[in-house]
Amino acid sequence: MTTQLHATSVTTAVDVQAPVEHAFRVFTEGIGSWWNPEHHILQAELAEMVFEPHVGGHIIDRGTDGSECRWARVLAYDPPRRVCFSWDINLHWQLEPDPAKTSEVEVTFTAEEPSRTRVVLTHRHLERHGQGWEQMRDAVSSGWSLARFAEVAAHR
Amino acid sequence: MTNHTAALTALADPTRRAIFERLARSPSPVGELARDLPVSRPAVSQHLKVLKSAGLVTDHPVGTRRIYSVDPAGLAAIRDYFDQFWQQSLARFGSAASQPIQEET
Repeated sequence: MTTQLHATSVTTAVDVQAPVEHAFRVFTEGIGSWWNPEHHILQAELAEMVFEPHVGGHIIDRGTDGSECRWARVLAYDPPRRVCFSWDINLHWQLEPDPAKTSEVEVTFTAEEPSRTRVVLTHRHLERHGQGWEQMRDAVSSGWSLARFAEVAAHR
Repeated sequence: MTNHTAALTALADPTRRAIFERLARSPSPVGELARDLPVSRPAVSQHLKVLKSAGLVTDHPVGTRRIYSVDPAGLAAIRDYFDQFWQQSLARFGSAASQPIQEET
């Protein structure tokens, strides 16, 4: 796994021991099988994640209390090569309704061998979250887990 | 705290955002920005002034010109965060994808 840094984006790559179609399927419809279950901004505990497999769809987090959080819009869906979605969470860990202030995640899947796939993820336009860099830096250690803490605290 | 509002205001303007994104790709002097964007040179200077006071852009002299660039300290925090976030997430994905799909319940 390697990482490259550019001014306003980050790129991370990983090699997967699986055919390209399988890798694509696990990343999209199987997102709930690998996504860290603590990484959500629901008030309730995360029950399931849904990746709607079409442009205009969403990535949806569903809570155990029936609540929903549509935190990403699917911008490109080209199985098994490429998927692109928006990152609609602002630096206060809230849904960002203004698309001009959201960043973008692009993931490409390339068959290196029949059973080996290179997956490259680029998260770009990070500057669009502009309004809270300093706050983000202060919250780096808490971040998602702050939401988790709030959830645990709310149940006591 | 004071910079949050300034940065928000600065990037709310589409022209300033275009200038900022252009600088993110490559540091440039004012003249080059005015040539590449549909904005006059005095207007570019004015936008740069706003971006600079918001802590988004920095400048340094090279010969007789001033080169403007994205303030690396400003973006470093959010970039570092997502860099770590995606490294951890893709490691989890890599493990999951090397096995048959398991339905999340």
